[in-house]
Amino acid sequence: MASKVIHAFYDDDDVLMLAVKKVKAAKHHIGEVYCPFPVHGLDKAMGLAPTRIAITSFMYGCVGLIVSIVMMNYMMIEDWPQDIGGKPSFSYLENCPAFVPIMFELTVFFAAHLMVMTFYMRSRLWPFKNAENPDARTTDDHFLMEIEIHNNEQELKDLLMGTGAVEINISEKNSH
Amino acid sequence: MYTFSNRLKIGSIILMVVGVLGIGWGFLAAPGTVEEAKAMVAASHDDAHGEEAAHMDDQGHGAVAELGEEHGTSHDEHLLHQLQNKPWAALYVAAFFFMMIALGVLAFYAVQRAAQAGWSPLLFRVMEGITAYLVPGGIIVFVILVLSVLHMNHLFVWMDPEVVAHDELLIGKSGYLDPIFFLIRAVIFLGGWIAYREYSRKLSLEQDESDDNSKFKLNFRISAAFLVFYLISESIMSWDWIMSVDPHWFSTLFGWYIFASMFVSGITVIAMVTIYLKSKGYLPDVNDSHIHDLAKFMFGISIFWTYLWFSQFMLIWYSNIPEEVTYYVTRIQDYKLPFFGMVAMNFLFPVLLLMNSDYKRVNWFVVMSGIVILAGHYMDIFNAIMPATVGDQWYIGIPEIGAIMFFAGLFIFWVFRALTTVPLQPKRNPFIEESRHFHY
Repeated sequence: MASKVIHAFYDDDDVLMLAVKKVKAAKHHIGEVYCPFPVHGLDKAMGLAPTRIAITSFMYGCVGLIVSIVMMNYMMIEDWPQDIGGKPSFSYLENCPAFVPIMFELTVFFAAHLMVMTFYMRSRLWPFKNAENPDARTTDDHFLMEIEIHNNEQELKDLLMGTGAVEINISEKNSH
Repeated sequence: MYTFSNRLKIGSIILMVVGVLGIGWGFLAAPGTVEEAKAMVAASHDDAHGEEAAHMDDQGHGAVAELGEEHGTSHDEHLLHQLQNKPWAALYVAAFFFMMIALGVLAFYAVQRAAQAGWSPLLFRVMEGITAYLVPGGIIVFVILVLSVLHMNHLFVWMDPEVVAHDELLIGKSGYLDPIFFLIRAVIFLGGWIAYREYSRKLSLEQDESDDNSKFKLNFRISAAFLVFYLISESIMSWDWIMSVDPHWFSTLFGWYIFASMFVSGITVIAMVTIYLKSKGYLPDVNDSHIHDLAKFMFGISIFWTYLWFSQFMLIWYSNIPEEVTYYVTRIQDYKLPFFGMVAMNFLFPVLLLMNSDYKRVNWFVVMSGIVILAGHYMDIFNAIMPATVGDQWYIGIPEIGAIMFFAGLFIFWVFRALTTVPLQPKRNPFIEESRHFHY
């Protein structure tokens, strides 16, 4: 279903932040803000729910730690015990110091990579996907605030003009 | 202006008085003769852990047998020396620990200055108040070192010419491990740290009254220079004052390791003093984001400390070279609980307690974690000094706790007295507005 949206452009992140606060204060729902770089505190100003990616990161880290322990226990202790530097590996615990770096690395590896994948999936980003940003300038030096119009076009225009927008467009948008 | 509350003042004085009694008791109770020492060990074995006695005796003999030159009587003499060292070592560990907190804060302060950090100027007076303790704390440590050189105690075995004469390795090191050179180095280090502290504090106060930023800029430059001096002197200090109690053993990352300990202890104390002052209604502009940042440092540097602790341990464990590995063999045999307990306190606790971002903003939570971290780093210094000085005769008893109480009292008294002298908020630091509006 197509809907009409209003696009307000800004050329400064501080102006954008103030604009977001004013729009929120006027009780309008901000659909999305497109930025060329992350703006600190924007998520809070927009009223977005706090991210849960930290929780997933912790869980992925635990998975990585377990995988590393199980993997090394199988490889180094059960399947093919070797005598390395006079330290025969018959017990995982006795050889633990040698395994700690790998346990650490795999914890970080799992946490980092799975977190990135989660982030991409959650943001619906994947290779060869068409860009969603409505204007190429948001990848350069402009910020764009998108608000859906519900028969309040003029009111929104007036409000956004007052927040220091450098340009305001109305366009059709196909909801995904 | 902060006023030193009577309750805190009286509390710190009581700590000092009780601490002095504990330290004094430790010295009085130390044995004077071999017979007394043997009787003490026998008595403590009888009433405390009868079964362990035989076991501990075995280990004691084993350790001496490794030295290869001693037998029955010299073992008893060794025991006497260990017990005589005990009150000294207790005093030295606590004196060093509290001096190290002030020194760690000084390093953190210099980093903030050199980085021209925008978030921290609100905390500068707190940091300067804590570093005030460097003067008495440093002098006390220095006095203990002088007394060691004068053979009042046997903390540093290489100071005994008899021992050096029969030890090939120590003869080789005697050019560096020379008592006079040792004291000269200590004077240079302490002098440099205290000189920077006093000068930077002076500039910091003058900046409040001045009408340009020249004092601030000068402070920036001397802080950068100080950091260079500090990193070198701190490293050498850690070899001199800590590593040399085990004069055969060496570790190339020891300086960093001790640095991590003092840095995290210092940051923890900054957070605790700030939270205390805030709870009394001072520092109104310090918000939870400042505490959050300090807690992030506590978390991060705790992991950094663990990284160094483990790096040192793993390489020595893996290569298993006799003169290196004895360091850990004695610790794991005779110090199992403090040695591994310290890793739990310094790593597991901070990691699990401070991992969650929201918890770093809960002030009482930061204080609780801080107490664990400080206790853990006391144990770190304890584990570094005690095995070489008192061997398996360690105990956290009246002399140790007395020494901690005395220095904690002195530390609180000196720091909070220094905090009363000037307003707690700098007024003309160029970054003060940024610091006031700091939010994460």
